Amino acid sequence: MKSSYKYRQAFASGIGVNNPVFVQILGICSTLAVTNVLKNTVVMCAGLVFVTGLSNLTVSVLRQYIPGRVRMMVETLIIAAWVILVDIALRAYLPDISRQLGPYVGLIITNCIVMGRAEAFALSNPPGLSLVDGLASGIGYSYVLLAIAFARELLGSGSIWGFRVLGDWWVNWNLMVMAPGGFFMLALFIWVVKGSFLKEKQEAATGAGKPAQTAPAQTAPAAAGAQGGKS
Amino acid sequence: MSGGLFAFGVFFAAVFTSNILLTNFLGMCSFLAVSREVKTSVGLGAAVIFVMTVTSVLNWLIYYYVLVPLDIVYLRYIAFIIVIAAFVQLVEMIIERVSDALYAALGIFLPLITVNCAILGASLFMVIREYTFVSSLAFGAGSGIGWALAIIAMAGIRTKLNIRSKVPYGLTGAGIALIIAGIMSLAFMGFAGMITIT
Repeated sequence: MKSSYKYRQAFASGIGVNNPVFVQILGICSTLAVTNVLKNTVVMCAGLVFVTGLSNLTVSVLRQYIPGRVRMMVETLIIAAWVILVDIALRAYLPDISRQLGPYVGLIITNCIVMGRAEAFALSNPPGLSLVDGLASGIGYSYVLLAIAFARELLGSGSIWGFRVLGDWWVNWNLMVMAPGGFFMLALFIWVVKGSFLKEKQEAATGAGKPAQTAPAQTAPAAAGAQGGKS
Repeated sequence: MSGGLFAFGVFFAAVFTSNILLTNFLGMCSFLAVSREVKTSVGLGAAVIFVMTVTSVLNWLIYYYVLVPLDIVYLRYIAFIIVIAAFVQLVEMIIERVSDALYAALGIFLPLITVNCAILGASLFMVIREYTFVSSLAFGAGSGIGWALAIIAMAGIRTKLNIRSKVPYGLTGAGIALIIAGIMSLAFMGFAGMITIT
């Protein structure tokens, strides 16, 4: 009973309250670039969920045998091995998409989320729980990017999954499929989520609703998380 | 176009028209986390320029003289990341021994760099675009300079922003940083017509 609760909590925290994109602003580097087309994003996110889950599992299984001093290197190698599998699979089964994704599949290796979860969770938790945590972080990350990709493709090309859904009256908003569109769209999503959902949680936690005081506290974990995962 | 001119074009393109941060979103994590002060941004920027230039060249040599002849190109991710991690570690140890001042200025940023996506990204782009040795050197240096340029400009803007501006609660921190990055990206698009090398 208790252990199933722990699993559920690990899952819910990755998707909700500890969502890596909104709360920790981690790992947007490699995937934001491909969010201009929904199809590519789906493939990329599937690869990422696979890698986060399995590398968390592997690190957790091996955690007794990894020497503390070289653990970053070992984690990186484990992640790289899984990413190579994804890359080879993509090239075999989805060669077109693989070509469009270019270097970004390989860049999952340096995605802070994968490394961050391995470092923060898998090193100190049993394998089953680590797998759930990894999958949840991956999914929590994916749905944000899928939402962004959906909006960008719809506004930028008037289509979803390559099919034209907006009629001829729609003039493509080209900016959306270019780089600035990605930045603006992500900022917009963070604004909406942080402004409406996370605010109540923050106020309840601190007991004071003053934005000026809560703001630095909110951003500190992001910096600490990013550096903690890297140092 | 001759080799030298092409390399110059690659350099220019890497700095301005296809800035690795503002058009390819690489290196966003440290970009958002460390761009609060100009001084630290300059330190990180300098470290990135140095590491990116050298690792691009090293990875080029490894790729074309080790991986391709042995036909193990699929291991390039592991090879590149090992080269980057090992190089960063080496530089950190050397700097620590040689100069305390330099270590204080640059050393603390080096561990951050190992998993900076931009470094690995530069090496992967270089391989995919099949650059020559000289072009790779230009591309590595140009990408590093472009990244440093973006983060320093960003830190300058954010410092100003802290002094007098009321940012809506939901946008504080990363949100506003992303919007600024978007506007910078728009501004850099103004260079787009000048050169078309990718």
